[in-house]
Amino acid sequence: MQGNEAVAYGALDAGVNFFAGYPITPSTEVAEILAAELPKRGGVFVQMEDEIASICAITGASLAGAKALTATSGPGFSLMQEGIGFAKITETPCVVVNVQRLGPSTGMPTSPAQGDIMQAKWGSHGDSPSIVLYPDSVKESYELTIRAVNLAEKYRTCVILLMDEVIGHMRESVRLPDMANVRVINRIKPTVPPHWYKHYDENQKYLSPLASYGEGYRFHVTGLTHDAHGFPTNKSGEAAEMMEACGRKISYNMRDLVQIESRDMEDAKIAIFTAGITARAAKAAIAMARHEGIKVGLLRPLTIWPFPDDAVRKMLRDVDTVIVPELNQGQMIHEIRRLTKDKSDGDVIPIQRVNGQLITPNDILRKIKEVC
Amino acid sequence: MANIPQKIVHQYLRHDKKFPHVWCAGCSNGIVLGAIIRAIASMNLNRDDIVMVSGIGCSSRMPVYIDLNTLHTLHGRSIAYATGVKLHKPHMKVIVVTGDGDCTAIGGNHLIHAARRNIDLTVILINNNIYGMTGGQCSPTTPHDAIATTSPYGNIEPDFNICNLAMGAGASFVARTTAFHVTEMQNYFQSAIEHPGFSLIEVVSACPVIYGRLNKKGGAPQMMKEFRDNSIPLTAVDKLPPEKVAGKIQRGILRKEIHPEFCSAYADLVDRVKDKEV
Repeated sequence: MQGNEAVAYGALDAGVNFFAGYPITPSTEVAEILAAELPKRGGVFVQMEDEIASICAITGASLAGAKALTATSGPGFSLMQEGIGFAKITETPCVVVNVQRLGPSTGMPTSPAQGDIMQAKWGSHGDSPSIVLYPDSVKESYELTIRAVNLAEKYRTCVILLMDEVIGHMRESVRLPDMANVRVINRIKPTVPPHWYKHYDENQKYLSPLASYGEGYRFHVTGLTHDAHGFPTNKSGEAAEMMEACGRKISYNMRDLVQIESRDMEDAKIAIFTAGITARAAKAAIAMARHEGIKVGLLRPLTIWPFPDDAVRKMLRDVDTVIVPELNQGQMIHEIRRLTKDKSDGDVIPIQRVNGQLITPNDILRKIKEVC
Repeated sequence: MANIPQKIVHQYLRHDKKFPHVWCAGCSNGIVLGAIIRAIASMNLNRDDIVMVSGIGCSSRMPVYIDLNTLHTLHGRSIAYATGVKLHKPHMKVIVVTGDGDCTAIGGNHLIHAARRNIDLTVILINNNIYGMTGGQCSPTTPHDAIATTSPYGNIEPDFNICNLAMGAGASFVARTTAFHVTEMQNYFQSAIEHPGFSLIEVVSACPVIYGRLNKKGGAPQMMKEFRDNSIPLTAVDKLPPEKVAGKIQRGILRKEIHPEFCSAYADLVDRVKDKEV
């Protein structure tokens, strides 16, 4: 199956029952499959007038109780940013899949790039912490779509699944798990009577129950800074509390959120830090280099935001050199430099490409040999 | 229409939470809120099953004051959010409160496509001919030659006829009234909420503090008098000579037709395909 197909079936198996979207290459297959599958299951598929309407519609549906998802690519992702910020500040669960393509503006719609890594974190105005997942295979696209939906429901936020164009369109053999083995998380529902309900009411893990419209709770949701009940406030204390609450539910739960693959790192002197399709090339390069006796390993974040600071710091402590291949002009490398202050700039080495072509195993192998 | 005592309004307000309200003295938004509440109360709707959605602007501040399910969204996007709510819970009554800038400028695309789909939303568009919240800039319904802070020499653009826009896009219920005609407004709201399809009611309203001041309209009472004296019911339009119709606000139900409604069409689709292999 294709990566985009895996996303669509992952969404269905995670319980997604509402999709609103707008056609855009290279993500359109997600919408096409869900247009065929959701009505059969009694769910809603709606093609909206643009991407702005799509993010708004899934947020509205989620507030009414739906598990909601949309899929897009760079230009649409840019248009959705204000709505993503709204979902985050109102702590409304939803998932945005961004199958990345090259370039700002229209760019190269059918070519791969990893240029939206920073936009996925900082794209919306104002501070708003992000949860962003990044698969490197078709199978993992299925798994991380389910995880994205689960995390959105659990943490009451807009979770972003970043895909590479190549993975979205690549076909691989995948054995999907029995549904009995798929772990599906649903949002916590309030147990208090309506007059006790607070729309933003953290428990000890900084997570809060969520009522839906039509259940008697009659809560208020606003994009203005709000108090715990959801009503607008201009008090600086309440504003700070709201801003901090959005961040602390993430920072407090790093162990649950962070996923990182470490391969051949035990004795590595060179580490390659990369995500998505570029990690596939890195894995091949590492196999070739190990064959020649070069001690090189891979660190691959499956959760790219929040950034796995502690794990990266620990695992890069004993290596001499870090190579950071990415299909952009340098985004993740700044995080690695931030976390490897003990190394000189020359020890953190970029491989960057933005011409619509992939970074190949040979490109990475060549760089490994240069530094070893 | 049932005769609802005035007190009913207080039963629907979140009076313990967020008053005093943000609106200026003389603003029409409170009149519209009162009419919405009386329409809802007279229909005996369960308020748990009503969602009020708004965007950004003076009128869009309304949901915080009313004890319903309420959603105050992004500038221009209220209809898109409302579409999501309605599609997931089609049995709920979804009322959108919006303004001329919110709905016909930044939100114009969502307006025409919701009208085209004929999704069962009730859009109450409070048209005060100006951006009030940001201090008086020119909107798509600021009349030609009128003064705004961004048209200090008079507006050189033509203005939208909102009802014609909605009808052109396919809305199945369209009406216009003014903030002076309160009972008529309440009746139109009730008809629109009952109507199975996309409905839009334009309420021509007074912004005396900004629009009125910039355009020397006098205070709120003078603007209300103008609504009374300078508007005619649709039923009278055909009977009057054209010179007596020109420049007048035409009040009435401009369209009330039954067309296939989007949520019903979607439910039919689900019925048709639900037995197909999953």
